[in-house]
Amino acid sequence: MPRDYPFLKRGYATIEEVQKHLPPIERIKKGPVATNECIEEIPCDSCAMICPTKAVEMPTINDVPKVIFDKCIGCTLCLQVCPGLAFFMLDKSKSPEGKTWVTVPHELLPVPKKGDIVKALDRTGKHVTDAKVVMVIKSPKAYGTYLITVEVDDEYANYVRAVLA
Amino acid sequence: MNNKVINGGKSSKKKKKQGMPMNEKDARIRQHPILKFDRGKKIRFFFKGKPVEGYENETIAMALYANGIRTFSHSFKYHRPRGMFCAIGKCASCLMEVDGIPNVRTCITPIHEGADVRPQGRDSIIAKAGYFLMNHIHMGPGFYYRHFIHPGFLYQFYISILEKFIGPGKYPTKVKNPPKTVKKEVETMEAEIVVIGAGPAGASAAIYAANLGAKVVLIDENRYIGGQLIKQTHKFFGSARHYAGIRGITIAKQFEKEVKSNKNITLMLDSKVVGIYDGNIVGVLQKNRFLRIKPKKLIVTTGAYEKTLVFENNDLPGIMGAGGIQTVMNVFGIKPGNEALIVGAGNVGLILAYQLLQAGVTVKGIVEAMPTVGGYFVHAAKVRRYGIPIYTRHTIVKALGKKYVTGAVIAQLDDKWQPIPGTEKKIKCDLIGISVGLRPANELLLQAGCEMKFVSALGGFIPLRTENNETTVKGVYVAGDLGGVEEASTAIMEGRIAGISAAMSLGYKAPDTEEVLEKIRKDLADLRAGPVGERIRAGIKQVLIEG
Repeated sequence: MPRDYPFLKRGYATIEEVQKHLPPIERIKKGPVATNECIEEIPCDSCAMICPTKAVEMPTINDVPKVIFDKCIGCTLCLQVCPGLAFFMLDKSKSPEGKTWVTVPHELLPVPKKGDIVKALDRTGKHVTDAKVVMVIKSPKAYGTYLITVEVDDEYANYVRAVLA
Repeated sequence: MNNKVINGGKSSKKKKKQGMPMNEKDARIRQHPILKFDRGKKIRFFFKGKPVEGYENETIAMALYANGIRTFSHSFKYHRPRGMFCAIGKCASCLMEVDGIPNVRTCITPIHEGADVRPQGRDSIIAKAGYFLMNHIHMGPGFYYRHFIHPGFLYQFYISILEKFIGPGKYPTKVKNPPKTVKKEVETMEAEIVVIGAGPAGASAAIYAANLGAKVVLIDENRYIGGQLIKQTHKFFGSARHYAGIRGITIAKQFEKEVKSNKNITLMLDSKVVGIYDGNIVGVLQKNRFLRIKPKKLIVTTGAYEKTLVFENNDLPGIMGAGGIQTVMNVFGIKPGNEALIVGAGNVGLILAYQLLQAGVTVKGIVEAMPTVGGYFVHAAKVRRYGIPIYTRHTIVKALGKKYVTGAVIAQLDDKWQPIPGTEKKIKCDLIGISVGLRPANELLLQAGCEMKFVSALGGFIPLRTENNETTVKGVYVAGDLGGVEEASTAIMEGRIAGISAAMSLGYKAPDTEEVLEKIRKDLADLRAGPVGERIRAGIKQVLIEG
């Protein structure tokens, strides 16, 4: 199998390439749900192994993880453990109308604080919008990775994948 | 002696003279998202006779780097500035004279109070003038031994004059702080299993062999266990049953704990294996003695070191191996530069870009000659989302700068791998990271007489070996990058296989040993099963022999 995916030429994925990993809007309205952008077959199964509800499907260690959205309980463990920082979380259950909460893993300084307005970046590093930080989690399981939850307009929910304080 | 410390506060003119590309007074990283640095107490030593401040846990080269000094010496022949490249004692770039001892690998030599560090090679004004004359007026870059030979009887006279200008400089005649006790007689000891190298493969081999009851001697030239894991701040891929999701630095600590608590392992750190002699006898050089160890089984896990790339000016200070940069910033907590360009978008290059961001360095781009990134997509996505451009199908044409790097020229490649004229792009940077792959550190195996084969997919000359990782020399095993450049997870598995096999051949065995061995083999095959492992699988097929 040659490694000639177009996303390997670019270094980032387009929205079409991750479309099938994005949870449907009805599911996001019900509560937090994980989405993964690990779209190349690499030998790693940390997400599938840590998931408490077996919501990440992965027949062999070299398969692309697939999140079963109805099984996902939004615990964020996959975000914390993923070495590729390729898991994100979407949630519309707590946000005001027209807004979505997006959770991204963050390992840079400075670490934003709750209430800060940060730059929200898309997959190519473009500053698409400003966003308010609504939650910051640091868990020992994550070995130092922070999880930053920002509130963005719905239209950016599938685009914002990083923040810069 | 001048008591003023070279640590900022001096005029910019002075800094420039010292080879200071950065405007910072102190390049040490005080805050890092992942790491905490234990530097120990302050120490003062001397560079070219002037006092410099360092910390006791730093090495000489690192302390100089932290003070903005990047030019350590000048080259023997063309008087080119020399800085640091590999930062793990594998190359000859950082050699200096310390306390009168020449050729000290300053990147791995700790500082001590009052150390007298001096550059090697001619560094005076006269030498520079001499070099200028030789190079620009008389003959251009040519080897002077070829020109000053007529008439023949004057040759020695010419050389005696020339050596005042160029060459290694004046040799020191005495050592300033000689070690107090040096044992002159060679000690000989016997061991059941000797493991050379305490990286992921070596430590795993030692632990698994020792757990079966074998007495193991684990030797490493560094002062710590874990090899290159100690600079890997990223979380590991692989199987969650092993180390996936855990950062390399944490894995190194786990190894250290396991090795130190194992009664069957004798640990020899800060000990260099200088040769493997007849009968697999291992010569070990320690600070004040030379040891000869005769093992029943020998496991060699010396790992690999970085390749470099040919381009104009590729020897300037500020051009470093990717691993070297990682050592500077992740082990010693020193900012390696302000603006970086990375050559090679394999996993190492991509991870390096991300780690540079974490250390507060601006990454100007990653250049990759292949049409796609060589590393995992997720690593590329991780740096792309912070806006770092990845130039696939590009190469570095030359580095700019005279005393240190001030920029680089990159260009697009055509189908024949030649730069396309007109596509050149100038990038301003003061650091260039070279991550174009590794080659196995196979010198000891060559001494032992192991049969080797060149396998480009595995990084170079690779020892032929059986399924149990035994080489063509009976009783000599390999594991890790030395047996084919891969990554730490597979090195750990291979180490376990080598450790168990060596112990079993000595008669050590537990009831479930064979089962365990089978399981490790299966896990290893799983890790290599995907499309990323395709090249590796093909490579290993070429070096596998019947046991």
